Amino acid sequence: MYEFFRDLDRRWIFLLMFLAVSVPILAQLQFPEKPTGLAESTFREIDDLPPGSRVLLAFDYDPASEGELGPMATSFVLHCAAKGHRMYFLALWPVGTRMIEQKIDSVLRADFPHLVYGQDYVNLGFKTGNEGVIKLIVSDFPRAFPADIQGTPVSDIPMMQGIRNLLDLDLIANVSAGYPGTKEWIQYAVTPNPSDIRIVAGCTGVQAPLMYPYIPSQLPGLLAAIKGAAEYEKLVMDRYGHLVHAEDGRVSGIYAEGRRRMGPQLIAHVLMVILIIAGNVIYFVGRRREARS
Amino acid sequence: MKRETLVWTIVFVIGGVMLLANAFLRGAGNQYVRVDERAFVNVGTDDDPKWVNAGSDDILDHDAATISADRRVSWKTSSTVDARVWAEAERADPGQRTIVFSLSRTVGTWLAALFTLAILSFLYRDNPFYKSAESIIVGVSAAYWMVVGFWDTLVPILFANIVPELVKGTVMPGISDSPAMDARIKALVALVLGALLLCRLLPKGGWISRWPMAFIIGAFCGLRLIAFLHADFLSQISNSIIPLWVVDPATQTFDIWSSLENITLIAGVLACLVYFFFSIEHKGVVGRTARVGIWFLMITFGAAFGYTVMGRIALLAMRLEFLFEDWLWLVDPAGRHAIG
Repeated sequence: MYEFFRDLDRRWIFLLMFLAVSVPILAQLQFPEKPTGLAESTFREIDDLPPGSRVLLAFDYDPASEGELGPMATSFVLHCAAKGHRMYFLALWPVGTRMIEQKIDSVLRADFPHLVYGQDYVNLGFKTGNEGVIKLIVSDFPRAFPADIQGTPVSDIPMMQGIRNLLDLDLIANVSAGYPGTKEWIQYAVTPNPSDIRIVAGCTGVQAPLMYPYIPSQLPGLLAAIKGAAEYEKLVMDRYGHLVHAEDGRVSGIYAEGRRRMGPQLIAHVLMVILIIAGNVIYFVGRRREARS
Repeated sequence: MKRETLVWTIVFVIGGVMLLANAFLRGAGNQYVRVDERAFVNVGTDDDPKWVNAGSDDILDHDAATISADRRVSWKTSSTVDARVWAEAERADPGQRTIVFSLSRTVGTWLAALFTLAILSFLYRDNPFYKSAESIIVGVSAAYWMVVGFWDTLVPILFANIVPELVKGTVMPGISDSPAMDARIKALVALVLGALLLCRLLPKGGWISRWPMAFIIGAFCGLRLIAFLHADFLSQISNSIIPLWVVDPATQTFDIWSSLENITLIAGVLACLVYFFFSIEHKGVVGRTARVGIWFLMITFGAAFGYTVMGRIALLAMRLEFLFEDWLWLVDPAGRHAIG
């Protein structure tokens, strides 16, 4: 028995993990989500703003992180649209513009067709320069973004009137997959202006431990990985889900992606725990046998 | 033929037949688009053009019928829609041309699925499918970053300031053709530094590239040092100065959980700092405190590992969702493919 597990081909582990993730997807397993404090504080930061507030949605991620960050980006857009906030989209990652367009298409154009581009939301696109862009928009927004993604000068965009710098916006909602991302927004925008700029963020699991030291004074709300996305998604859908139900009661699948991905998470994590325990048991049994011999 | 090769050949043939049957009989993997035609008419003059949307009410103010064809432009845009929407449109108006099958997007879905499988096949062992997919990804990524670098950095920041008339007249009509002098000078300095950086490729002039490199390192050190000092050093000290005896402001009573939370935080910070303090030998009280610091660090690493696992599983779940939902149509949680 010991030799069997010791010499087990690692491809059996891969197969087990594949089954642990694929079976819940095929069976469409979902488990109830209980939002934790961080998801609730993220929700409150956006929800407590009066309608018409200016929210900067910085999508600093690419398709490689869509699985984790896509659901929280969707929920941020849905939440802002449902509350009637004005949305300023931008990206510090080149592919971020595609992510922005995708969310505008799937959320705003699909379920909020009455929102007008240029009045309710604007896509400023990607700007190269990483943290340099953040430093620049803290003092001079139009200099960094003289035109939107279609080349329309910001002076011709109604909702850009009166936007001189980042301090004129009420909140930053950042979705971050790495550098540049939440850390840079905190370092270059929030920390130098603690009373004027507030931020909430959603980040990948790999980044999350690096963000916790900033909570709560520099980062009042954080959605960490798919778990944070699922909790926030539940909060948003519980409050505003009725706005995105079609007449036949159908709801777009994108509003349940976060919670749907928690089914495979649970089974895969149980498998991981079992594998870690089994690996340790095999290791200690092997060590004891070596000592005896 | 080796036994293993024979088994894999049979698996591939059966799998391929099932995939094709699934695609042709159920339409699995098919992509549909809504086609919108946009048309604009120039109601101004050649010197002062004024474009009006031909589908808007504004066109009623003009006699559009008399405007020649060379003053009209039109193009088509397509946006992805669910197969269910296409089926509903077909039922309502058979043969309609507004929502149509998209061959290019269907091929894209199949390519994405086959590349996903090719990459995952590495888990079994290295093979030509994985190597091909890997090479294509590397090539496409390199080309993509070159294009991004050209269109998002060189054109709008460098060329638009050095040769603004050319850029405005060819690729970016929205920019100013008379940028400020300081912007021109900055762009020229950047151009010179960039050219010096390329001297690294010269067989004898490689040392010249150290000057722009020194500039880059110096500028970034200055930029990042201040930010780190402010956000990660001073602010973290400030964040660690917290009350150990917390009173609930609402009830004015002792809040035991918040107090324990703060005590744990302070104890963890101090213990970890002691662990990294190597000027004193880790013996006695210092040694025991450092050992507590190790425990805190281990718990932190464990939490970080847990988050990493969660992230990776989410990515795997997303790829499998794509394969099962978008490609094979095995699941349909949102009723996107309900054609029947």
